[in-house]
Amino acid sequence: MFDNVWLIPLLPLIGFLVNGLFGKKIKNEAVIGGIGTLAIFGSFLVSCGILIQMIGTSPEHRVFEKVIFPWIHSGNFKADMAFLVDPLSVVMIMVVTGVGSLIHLYSIGYMHGEEGFYRFFAYLNLFCMSMLLLVLGNNLLVMFIGWEGVGLCSYLLIGYYFHKKSAGDAAKKAFVMNRVGDFGFLVGLFTLYWWLGSNQNIWTINFMELKQASHLLPYGGVVTVATLCFFVGATGKSAQIPLFTWLPDAMEGPTPVSALIHAATMVTAGVYMIGRMSFIFIKSPDTMMVIAVVGAATAIFAATIGTAQNDIKRVLAYSTVSQLGFMFLAMGTGAFAAGIFHLMTHAFFKACLFLGSGSVIHAMHYALHHAHSHDDAQDMRNMGGLRKAMPITFITFLVSTIAIAGIPGFSGFFSKDEILWQAFSNPYHGGLNMILWGIGAVAACFTAFYMFRLVFMTFYGDCRIQPKAKSHLHESPLVITIPLMVLGFLAAVGGYIGLPKLIGELFGGIPNYFELWLDPVFELAQEYGHTYAQVGGHHNVALEWGLMGGSVVIALVGITIAFTMYIKNTELPGKFTSTFPALHRAVYNKWYIDELYDFLFVNPCKAFGNFLWKGFDVLVVDGIVNGVAAVVKGWSGAFRYTATGYVHNYAFVMAAGTMAILGYYIFR
Amino acid sequence: MDFSLSLITFIPLAGVLLLLVMPRNNAMLRGTALCVSLVGFIASISLICEFKPIADYQFVENLPWIAAGSFQMNYHVGIDGISLWLVILTTFIMPIAILSTWTAVEERVKEYMICLLLLEVGMLGAFVSLDLFLFYIFWELMLIPMYFIIGIWGGKNRVYAAVKFFIYTMVGSLLMLIAIMYIYFKAGAGDFDITRFYSIGLDPASQTWLFLAFALAFAIKVPMFPLHTWLPDAHTEAPTAGSVILAAVLLKMGTYGFVRFAMPLFPDATARFTPLIATLAVIGIVYASLVAMVQEDVKKLVAYSSVAHLGFVMIGLFALNQQGIAGGMLQMINHGISTGALFLIVGFIYERRHTRLITDFGGLSKQMPIFATIFMIVTFSSIGLPGTNGFVGEFLVLLGGFESGLRTWTIIASSGVILSAVYMLWMFQRVMFGELTNPKNQVLKDLNAREIVIMAPLIVMIFVMGIYPTPFIDKMNPSIDRLIVQMKQKQVAHVVAPVTAPGRAGIPAGYPELPSGHPAGEAK
Repeated sequence: MFDNVWLIPLLPLIGFLVNGLFGKKIKNEAVIGGIGTLAIFGSFLVSCGILIQMIGTSPEHRVFEKVIFPWIHSGNFKADMAFLVDPLSVVMIMVVTGVGSLIHLYSIGYMHGEEGFYRFFAYLNLFCMSMLLLVLGNNLLVMFIGWEGVGLCSYLLIGYYFHKKSAGDAAKKAFVMNRVGDFGFLVGLFTLYWWLGSNQNIWTINFMELKQASHLLPYGGVVTVATLCFFVGATGKSAQIPLFTWLPDAMEGPTPVSALIHAATMVTAGVYMIGRMSFIFIKSPDTMMVIAVVGAATAIFAATIGTAQNDIKRVLAYSTVSQLGFMFLAMGTGAFAAGIFHLMTHAFFKACLFLGSGSVIHAMHYALHHAHSHDDAQDMRNMGGLRKAMPITFITFLVSTIAIAGIPGFSGFFSKDEILWQAFSNPYHGGLNMILWGIGAVAACFTAFYMFRLVFMTFYGDCRIQPKAKSHLHESPLVITIPLMVLGFLAAVGGYIGLPKLIGELFGGIPNYFELWLDPVFELAQEYGHTYAQVGGHHNVALEWGLMGGSVVIALVGITIAFTMYIKNTELPGKFTSTFPALHRAVYNKWYIDELYDFLFVNPCKAFGNFLWKGFDVLVVDGIVNGVAAVVKGWSGAFRYTATGYVHNYAFVMAAGTMAILGYYIFR
Repeated sequence: MDFSLSLITFIPLAGVLLLLVMPRNNAMLRGTALCVSLVGFIASISLICEFKPIADYQFVENLPWIAAGSFQMNYHVGIDGISLWLVILTTFIMPIAILSTWTAVEERVKEYMICLLLLEVGMLGAFVSLDLFLFYIFWELMLIPMYFIIGIWGGKNRVYAAVKFFIYTMVGSLLMLIAIMYIYFKAGAGDFDITRFYSIGLDPASQTWLFLAFALAFAIKVPMFPLHTWLPDAHTEAPTAGSVILAAVLLKMGTYGFVRFAMPLFPDATARFTPLIATLAVIGIVYASLVAMVQEDVKKLVAYSSVAHLGFVMIGLFALNQQGIAGGMLQMINHGISTGALFLIVGFIYERRHTRLITDFGGLSKQMPIFATIFMIVTFSSIGLPGTNGFVGEFLVLLGGFESGLRTWTIIASSGVILSAVYMLWMFQRVMFGELTNPKNQVLKDLNAREIVIMAPLIVMIFVMGIYPTPFIDKMNPSIDRLIVQMKQKQVAHVVAPVTAPGRAGIPAGYPELPSGHPAGEAK
C-alpha cells in the first residue's frame, strides 16, 4: 500500500482536471459534486490502507520514501517529486482526506444552485492535491509547491465571489501576506542548504537526509537564523502575529472553504512544518522561545478580538487564529506531539463549528430571502433561539463548542490540557513557563467565553429573526447534516486516542497512543532537547492534577460569564460597552491592526512607487535622455522625415547603412 | 558540414524575398509569413533532437567570409547549451507573434511581415554567431526592423518611443563596436572568432574599459536600472507583436551578451564589477516592482515587471555558479514565455476596447471566462508560483545567488517574490474582478479560436517547464560548467600572477571572494 502513495495527491488532481475542464459542460451538480467528492474519498481510502499497513509495521520501519520523477537537478542541488510516508504524514493525510471528504460532501448541499458550482469543486480538489503534496513531500521544495499551491487555492476560493470587491481584496491580502511568509520560507531553505553544503559538504533539502545530518548542525547560530526564517513562513500560512490579519478577512469565501482551508487544514501547515523539522527547530533554544511566545501572544490576542465580533464566521476565524496560537505554543515548548494532537482535534471540532455555522447561515439566508429581508444572514444579532428549528446543527455545534472550551471527556480537553501542562512543565524556558501557562490559561478562559457567547446568541434566547422569516427556518438537508454528525462525533471522542498518561494510569495503564505513534518522528528532537534542557522540571503528579482541575475551572468560569451575560442578564453586554466604550471600540475594530499596517506598509509603498515613477523615472532619467535628444534634435527631425512608410525608402536606407558600415571597416 | 543552423537562420529571409514579390493580398501575406515562421520552428526542433549534452559548440559552420587585408571575418556559427534554448525560444515565439497580428494590423501588412521576418533573421543570427563581427552585424540588423515596427505601426506616441529606443540602443552599440575593434587589435592578426578571444589574457585595466563598453551595450538591452526608461515607452507604443518579440527575445540579447561575451571575455573585470551589477539588478527588481505597482496602463505595468524579472536573470548570471546561471538561463526563457503571453493578453483586450487603462476595466471574469482562466495562469506564472515555469528559474537564481558571494543582494532580491505578487494580483483584481459596471465591457466577446490557439502553446510550456524542467537544465548544464571553469581558471590565474595584483587591489573593500559557492568542477 505504501507504494500507492502517489495515488493520494493524484486522485484530487484528476478531479480538478475533469471538473475544471469539463465541469461547465457537465452542468449536472450531482455529477460534478460526485466526481469531486469521490476523488478525495478515494484518497481517503488509500490513506486508510497506508495507515493500516503502517500500524502493522514495527515502529522503526515506519518510514517510506517514493520518488515519482526527478524535478529540479542542477549541480549538486537535487529536488525530486518524491513522497515521504511516516507516522506524521499519515496523521496529516488522514485528517486532510477525512475531513476533506466530509467537507466535499457537505459542499454538494451548501453550494447547490451557485453559478460556479463546477469551479468551486475544481478548486476544492486542487486545494486537496496541494495540501497533500505539502504534507507528503519528502523534501522542502515539494513541501513548498504544496505550500504555495494551497495559497493559490486559498486565493481562488476566497475570491470565489469575485464580483464583490471585499472578496477580491481579501483574496489578494491573503495571497500577499502568505507571500511574505513564503519569502521567509525560501530564505530559511537557502540558509539551511547553503550552510550544510558549504560547511559539511552535505547538499540536501531532503527531510530524511537532513535528519541524518542534523547532528552536524550547531545549537543556535545559523540554525536560529534558518529556523526563524522558516517560522516567518509559518506565521504567514498559519496566521500568527504579525501576519494574521488575512485570516479573518478570508471569511469572504464560501463557508465550506473556511472550514476546510481556514480552519482544519491549510492554516495548520505551519505547525506541521515545524513538526516535520522538529530536529532542526529544537536546536535553536531562541527560536523555540520565539515560537512559544508568539503562539501564546496570538492565542490571547485573537481570543480578545473574538469576544466582541458579531459576525458568526468572524468569531470562528479569530477562534482559529487563537487555537493555532495554542498549537504554536506547544511546538515552542517542545511538545511536538501535543501540538499535532491539538491540530487533529481542532480539525474535527473547528470544521464542525464552521460547517455548523454554514448550516445556520444557509438556513438564515433562505429564511431572510423568502421574507424579502436584507438583514445580514451572518450577524448573530439577527439570530437567536435557533436550537428548535435546527436540532441536529445545534447538537453537533454544542458538542464541538464543549470540545473547544475544554470540558473533560471531549477531544479539545485532552489536547489543550496537554499543551497547557507542557507549557507549564517543559524544561526549556525556565521562568517564562509560568507566564506562558498563565497566558494560555487566560486565553482558554476567553475561548470558553466567546464560544458560549456564540452558542447562546445563536441558538438560545429569543428568536430575533424577523417574524416573517421565522416560519421559513428549517434544518439543513442530510447531505449537510451527515458531515456535521460525523465531525461532531469525532469532536467528542477523537481525543481518546491521546489520553494523558495521568488519566490512562487510572484506567489500568492505557498509554497515550497518539504520542507513541509519533514517537519515532520526534524522538531525535527530544534527544537534542535534552542536551540543554534544565534538569528537574516541574514534574509532579499532584501538580499535574491540580493544573488539570484548574483548566477545567477556567473553562467553567468562561462559560459562566457567557451564561450570565447572554442568557441570564442580557443587558450586561450593553452596560459593559457603555462603561468601557474605548476598550470595546478597540476590540471590536480588531485593535486597529489593519489600519496600522495600511499606515506602515501599504500606503508608504504606493507613495514611494509613485515617487519613483514620476519623480525618478520620468523626471530624472528621462529628463537626461530627452535633454540629450533635444541637443540632437536635428537628428530626430530627420528621422521623422524619413519615416514615410514606403518600403523602398526603408530598404534603401537599410542597404545604404549596411554598406556604409561594412565599407568603412573594409576600406579604411 | 552541417548547414542546419544557417538554414534555420535564413528561412525567414527566404520568406522576406517571397513576400517582396507577392501581391498585396493581406490574407496571403499573413498566411505566408506564418507558414515561413512555422517551418522555421519545425526545423529548429531538429536541433533539440540532435543536440548532445556536451559542452562543445555544435552544428558549427565556419566559412571564410570577408577578407580585407589583415581583417578577416568568418561566417562562424554554432550553438551550445546556452544558446540552444534561446534559438528555440525565438523560433517558438515568432509564429505566435505573427498569428497575433491577424486582425491587429490592417495597414501595410506586407511591410509589417517583412519587418517581423527580418527581425527574426537578426535575432537568430545573433544567437548563433561565434564570430564577434558577425554577431555585431546581426545585432545591428535587429535594431532596424524593430525601429520601424515601433515607429510605423505603433501607438500615438510612436515616433518618440522609436527614436528613444533607437538612440539608447545605438549609444551602447557604438561603444561595443569600438570595444570589439580594440580586442581585435589586442589579439593580433586573425579572425573575430570568440573562442580565440576567450584565450587572450587581457590585462585588468583594459578588461575594465572593455567590460564597461560591452556591459553598457548589454545593460541597455536588458535593460538594467537606470538605463531602462526606453523600455516602458517602447513597449507601450509598439504593436502587440512588437512588444511580444521585444520582451520575449530582444531583451534576452542583453543577458545573452553578458553570459556569452562580456563575462567570459573579461573574467577579472566581471569579478570586479559583480557587486555593482548585482546592486543595479537588485535596485532594478525592487524599483521596477514598486513602479509597476502604481502604473495605470496595463502594458506599462507589464513592461516594468520585465525590468524586475530581468534583474533576477542578472543576479543569477553573476552568481557564477551552476544553479545561478542555469536559473538565469531558465528565467530568460520563462520570461519570454510568460511576459510574451502577458503582452498578448494585453493585446487581446486592447483590440476589443482600444484602451489599456486599468480603470476602464473591472469584472471581466464574468464576461470572458476563458480569457480569465488563461490570464490567471499567466499571471501566476509571472509571479513564479511553483508548478509553473517562473518558479523553477526564480528559485534556482536565488539559490545560486545565496550560495555565491551575493548573499545579501539575494536576500533583498528575494523580496521581489512579495512585490511581484502585489503588483500582478492588484492589477488582476482591478481588471478581472469586481462588478462588471462599464457598459462597454458588458458586450466584450471571449477569446476566439485563433486567440486560443495563440495562447495554447504558451500555456502548455508554462506547465511543462514548471513541472518537468529537467530536459532543459540537462542540455544547458555542460556548457554552463565549461563557462564557470573557464572563468574561474582565469580569475585564479590572474590572482596568482603578481603582475595583475594591482588590478585586483582595485576591488572595493568588503567585497567577498567571488564566487564562494561550491566550485563547478564538483558538480555531479
